[in-house]
Amino acid sequence: MTLLPRLSLALTLLVVFSELSQANILRSSSGSSSGSEGSPSTNVTSNSSTTITTLPIVTWKWHHVETPYLVALWVLVCWLCKLLAQLNARLKSFFPESGLLIICGFILGGIVWGADKAQTFKLEPRNFFYFLLPQIILDTGYFMPNKLFFSNLGAILVHAVIGTCWNAGAVGVSLWGCYLGGAMGDLNIGLLQFLLFGSLLAAVDPVAVIAVFEEVHVNEVLFIWVFGESLLNDGVTVVLYNVFDAFVSLGGSKINAGEIIKGIVSFFVVSFGGSLIGVAFAIIISLLTKYTGKVQIIEAGFIFVLGYLSYLTAEMLSLSAILSVTFCGVCCQKYVNANMDEKSVTAVRYAMKVFANGSETMIFVFLGVTAIDNVIWVWNTGFICLTILFAIVYRFIGVFTLTWMLNRYRLVPIEVIDQLVMSYGGLRGAVAYGLAASLDETRIKEKNLIISTTLIVVYFTVVIQGLTMKPLVKWLKVKRVEPTELKLIAKVNNRACEHILAAMEDIAGRIGDNWWTRGWKRFEDTYITWFLMKPEARKNKDYLFSIFHKLNLEDAVNYVAEGEKRGSLAFLRNGDRTNVDFDKKFGMEFSGVMPDITSELDYGIDNVPMTSIRRDSIPSVSLDIHEQDMKDMNEDFNAHHLLQQHLYRSRKNHRHKYSRSDFKINQSEDEVQEIFQRTMRSRLESFKSAKMGVSPAKKITKHPKPSQKVRAFRDFEFSEVDSAYSGDAAAAGAGIENPAFMPEMDTPPVAPSQRAQRQLPWSPTNLQRLTPLRISNRSTDSFVMADVPAAQDSPEEPPEDGSQQDGTHM
Amino acid sequence: MGSTSSTLAKIPNAEDLMQETGFTPAHLVRLYDRFKVLDKDKKGFLTPQDFVAIKELAMNPICDRIIGAFFTSGGETLDFPSFVRILAHFRPIDKNRPKEPTSPDPINSRSNKLKFAFQLYDQDKDGKISRHELLQVLRAMLEKQVTEEQLESIADRTIQEADLDRDDAISFEEFRKSLEKVNIDHKMSIRFLR
Repeated sequence: MTLLPRLSLALTLLVVFSELSQANILRSSSGSSSGSEGSPSTNVTSNSSTTITTLPIVTWKWHHVETPYLVALWVLVCWLCKLLAQLNARLKSFFPESGLLIICGFILGGIVWGADKAQTFKLEPRNFFYFLLPQIILDTGYFMPNKLFFSNLGAILVHAVIGTCWNAGAVGVSLWGCYLGGAMGDLNIGLLQFLLFGSLLAAVDPVAVIAVFEEVHVNEVLFIWVFGESLLNDGVTVVLYNVFDAFVSLGGSKINAGEIIKGIVSFFVVSFGGSLIGVAFAIIISLLTKYTGKVQIIEAGFIFVLGYLSYLTAEMLSLSAILSVTFCGVCCQKYVNANMDEKSVTAVRYAMKVFANGSETMIFVFLGVTAIDNVIWVWNTGFICLTILFAIVYRFIGVFTLTWMLNRYRLVPIEVIDQLVMSYGGLRGAVAYGLAASLDETRIKEKNLIISTTLIVVYFTVVIQGLTMKPLVKWLKVKRVEPTELKLIAKVNNRACEHILAAMEDIAGRIGDNWWTRGWKRFEDTYITWFLMKPEARKNKDYLFSIFHKLNLEDAVNYVAEGEKRGSLAFLRNGDRTNVDFDKKFGMEFSGVMPDITSELDYGIDNVPMTSIRRDSIPSVSLDIHEQDMKDMNEDFNAHHLLQQHLYRSRKNHRHKYSRSDFKINQSEDEVQEIFQRTMRSRLESFKSAKMGVSPAKKITKHPKPSQKVRAFRDFEFSEVDSAYSGDAAAAGAGIENPAFMPEMDTPPVAPSQRAQRQLPWSPTNLQRLTPLRISNRSTDSFVMADVPAAQDSPEEPPEDGSQQDGTHM
Repeated sequence: MGSTSSTLAKIPNAEDLMQETGFTPAHLVRLYDRFKVLDKDKKGFLTPQDFVAIKELAMNPICDRIIGAFFTSGGETLDFPSFVRILAHFRPIDKNRPKEPTSPDPINSRSNKLKFAFQLYDQDKDGKISRHELLQVLRAMLEKQVTEEQLESIADRTIQEADLDRDDAISFEEFRKSLEKVNIDHKMSIRFLR
């Protein structure tokens, strides 16, 4: 805790320092300005900091560095606030971080206010819209889960367009009605201005939404709806804002049908135009990365520059800049990731997160700082309270109505709880404030009232709703949580059912698998990838190949790492202890057969490399250590708990796929990777076995007497173990070849454990040294087969069927 | 849609299938289209390779078992009626089905759903989930980092909790009994197959 006071002290000092410098500037600038009013000549002399009489060794050059220094200082202060916000874990667990940042902003604003008696560091709309917002949206677009996004695009658009229009109109009209009813006292405001206010307040804010939804785990459909809506409603917001702004300046009398029609047309132009600009820039980026192979160091930078340019271009043409940069990110991600070198991709991802996170922090802090300003605050209880009330109520009504309508056409309806969360998660944020602050006060007399109200609404949604979101969700979902009185088998079955359902959905074709998606995929694969992707990248799209490649790489790396750890390849012979462990742990007869691994290990790209064996031994070594722990831990052992912790999560339980703060976007991506690799590995092995006519061996352990055992495969003491395992790996793998499904095979299709499948190394050239541990009923000549060095086929080659293989090997 | 009826005509024994499985014509047509999409070589039946080609399936820890469930008794071909019959297990239970004591349970009845799940565990079809089979399932569904010791303890405990007749295996009745509190309809139904 001593860190906290120290940090706050440092922060305060920084701010005070900046204040003093600012005050210094004001004095010096006022000094120079008064000087310039006097006479030009004295201006010159005073500006050249008085005539010097001797050579100064060091001069104070504040005025040279003032602007960048202050900017950098504020960035630093904001990021230090973020650090502060992270410090107290308990506080962080229930208080949303964005709220904490706003509070920090209050404190800082207070300090500035105390020093200056004026808020010199407000959140200027220009700075916000041009320097703080674009990178957040680019980050959002770049990491958008595209498949999810586009398959839900219809629903998202409905919510974004219709929902926002409804919010804007309803809030505006209701407030106007209340105003006419006298609830707000005397204001210089008309219907159009209310509508303008409604339109700037209606939009759900992408920055705030993510900040809160990160802490609340919701299912992916709900997440993408809210998230997508928050991004796409910018098109509507910009249009509504501009339209009503223009109407306000035109004056109520000039508004006729023609103007309204123009307004509607402008909606389409703005939204589609903005998106098209984004797509155009995405194409430029993708094309560019196709050719930047030689400048890998800098190619990452192109994304940022071009993304920013897309934002500015749309802004220049008065189209929707947020839509532009969103679609730029969304469309370019696939090609850019394929074209660029892996290191560049990582660089881009990290840098994006840094910028986005940094900007978000700054936005929230400045939202707090801006509040401490007596100029803007106009308190009108009726106005403010009614606004909050209407904003929330109409959000609920809008969401529920639209979702009810959508549910009738959806194959999987959205439940009430999710709708509640969606309505409650409609947070307003800095975008609303920015729009409010950029109002023209000559035309809108009550600008300060609007700003104050907007700020209050923003604080309310971010802090209060953010604070209560998690407890609300927990309370609502509490009914669906399983009681722990369920037996273990029921829990296992529940999880298995989730997996089964996910699989059945994939098999039966989920909702998105229809003519459109297929047609688009075909079009994309033939034309677009040819145009936008590097030729090498296109080849690697063959995912099977890339899986093999990745697995092999991984194995190779592990092998070398292990080798280095043990000092030399001699470790292969060294495994006394480990063998014992295996016997004990598995209580099985088979003390494995150690192939002569020290012979040449070639791992060409499609060999199953050596290291799988190492991997088996590694756990056994760690098991040894575990032995001790396990004994101690026996009293703490809880199967239920263990199960809970370690079961693979099913698809619907995966965390949402976008996170601004986590670079590893989907925590369970690791899990999915692991599952995927296991599946691939088992298929790989059954594929290999099918090719070679040999089933993958059971797990190997190192054995002190390798030579003996190698020859001992005729020893039928292995047979009972074998029969239990015979054909199993093959059966388990609906492999690339399906040896399991060969009718001749007589073996019980028992799926082996994954461990058993994890593989012994062999490459076709090494076959003679390997023991085919399986002595199958089918072929009694397995050891003969082992001696035949089979030709090396590439893995992609479709294997012949089983009977033919037997032929070749005989 | 006009195309529904024309496609329906192409499906052999469509009427019987619908009767047996309870699918509506629209669903049947949709499944038929899906069947044809999966059957890339236009063989008229599906093979395990066609299932393997579904990329998302590889992310599933028990994908191989599930594929195996389609190809029972080691066959290598899956025709459309069998395809539909398996998927019919996952239709939501018809709550307003009249109880006819003489007719057999529909495919998507609670007990048939349970039987389907049970068969995924009981690979050797002896009517019991042995300790060994349980170990394999657990191994597939648990993270790699779970040690063998832990795995065995979990398996032992599981059997212990569910096994009533002390034969160190879980029979179908014991399985069903353990799951009586679970809402199987919820857990094993896919809405869009209604």
